[in-house]
Amino acid sequence: MNIQIRERPQSAASTGIKTAIADGDIHPARATRDELYPFLAKRWHSHLESFGAHAHQGMMEGPPYPKAQPNAARRDAYPPEGGPQGSSLSFMQKQHLDPNNVVLGVLNPLATGQGLRNHDLAAAICAAVNDWQIEKWTSKDARLKGSVVVANEDGVSAAAEIRKRAGDPNFVQVLLLSRNAEPLGQRRYWPIYEAAQEAGLPVGVHAFGYGGNPITASGWPSYYIEEMVGHSQCQQTVLASLVLEGVFARFPKLKMVMVEAGFGWAPSLAWRLDKVFSKLHAEVPHLERKPSEYIRDHIWWTTQPMEDPESRDHLFQVIEWIGWDKLLFATDYPHWDYDEPSRVLPPGVSDANRQAFYLDNAKKLYGIA
Amino acid sequence: MARHVIAPVDELPPGSRKFLEIDGRPIAVFNVKGEFFGLLNRCPHQGAALCEGPLIGLATSSDPGEIEYTKLGEIIRCPWHGWEFDIRTGQSYCDPRRFRVRAYPVNVEPGTHLVKGPYVAETVRVAVESDYVVVEL
Repeated sequence: MNIQIRERPQSAASTGIKTAIADGDIHPARATRDELYPFLAKRWHSHLESFGAHAHQGMMEGPPYPKAQPNAARRDAYPPEGGPQGSSLSFMQKQHLDPNNVVLGVLNPLATGQGLRNHDLAAAICAAVNDWQIEKWTSKDARLKGSVVVANEDGVSAAAEIRKRAGDPNFVQVLLLSRNAEPLGQRRYWPIYEAAQEAGLPVGVHAFGYGGNPITASGWPSYYIEEMVGHSQCQQTVLASLVLEGVFARFPKLKMVMVEAGFGWAPSLAWRLDKVFSKLHAEVPHLERKPSEYIRDHIWWTTQPMEDPESRDHLFQVIEWIGWDKLLFATDYPHWDYDEPSRVLPPGVSDANRQAFYLDNAKKLYGIA
Repeated sequence: MARHVIAPVDELPPGSRKFLEIDGRPIAVFNVKGEFFGLLNRCPHQGAALCEGPLIGLATSSDPGEIEYTKLGEIIRCPWHGWEFDIRTGQSYCDPRRFRVRAYPVNVEPGTHLVKGPYVAETVRVAVESDYVVVEL
């Protein structure tokens, strides 16, 4: 049924975007399983081969839900030289960075040591992934910037890894995932925020991860589609925890980015927090401001997958609440739910807001001239 | 509507597809169990090369719990977001009201009756006896 006359399906996206853009969410992949070995101590090679790497989830390997496309990625994004989607810099340049005029691309590696049960292994793999980002990506293409991945459940080693990378222009943020052993505001994660604030690095929180908990607040759902929409509720618990535990009161210069979990829910969460806070503030006296104020001042949002309401007025109202200065355009390349730059914003946006949305907000947040 | 010869029938066996550009427009032609179909190779959703996706069937449900899998091999699924389109009509089955991909008529005609274009004409001459696949555009 699916014989192809052409050798391999690949295409550059047709694009109507003329101006330079930043992409706040690009996923680099390893071409082979052992691509990290040069950056890992020998001890871990044999450990991985003998015991493997086990995540905080039930007795199974791989992601908890099936994906919509192979490797959750575009079928036209396989590099011509082989390997999974996102594993070739030259093909990423040809298919995405060049035609879409990307001048700043933030790398968010997902298959790292984050979520592994063995914390020493987690720290070693995270450090290796950080070295690998420099070696394979950021040193080869100045448009690309890395994210410092850290052993999320081990605040001490995570903070050490952040301090090691502080001031390194190859990195523009620290990366966490939304599913962790506990909500991200809990104090076991505070060393991460302390080190990130000290290094002047924003902390991104990307959807997914392995925390060992059911992926929705009411248990394990049946379908991948429920996992996809479940990211919003997971991120809401993350954000509420960050605010209510006093993370932003304690680390007033900390900036955080909500990545790939939507933003349409932000106003309603903030309204509800404020309403309840007005009655229960005595329970959380460490908060110096209303929850909504912390959210507006400390949180940035990547756009993909872009909210797509029937009425564009509704989209604009949400963005006005959040602020046009807080959105970071992102494609999620090469993943299957990629947003095409020329197609995400409906008509009716001022030139200044478009410029902020597509480029300036990211350059400012990440300190890129 | 001009007619464009794109290949001898032999070159497009059942289960195969051919990508080409006609007047600057990316087109794909499919042979599905001996029937030919042509589509503009651009997804109306976000512009992906739609025809590089797999051909699948259509899962529908008349009642809860009753699933029918029909149109096997006649639904093209976009390689990006998985939008599904009927290869016969271009009709989208994700949101039938909003999206429709442009479908082009494809015929099989006897080789001797071809309209000879600059490139295709030569192909016509070497295989007079065979049938050719023609795209109207």
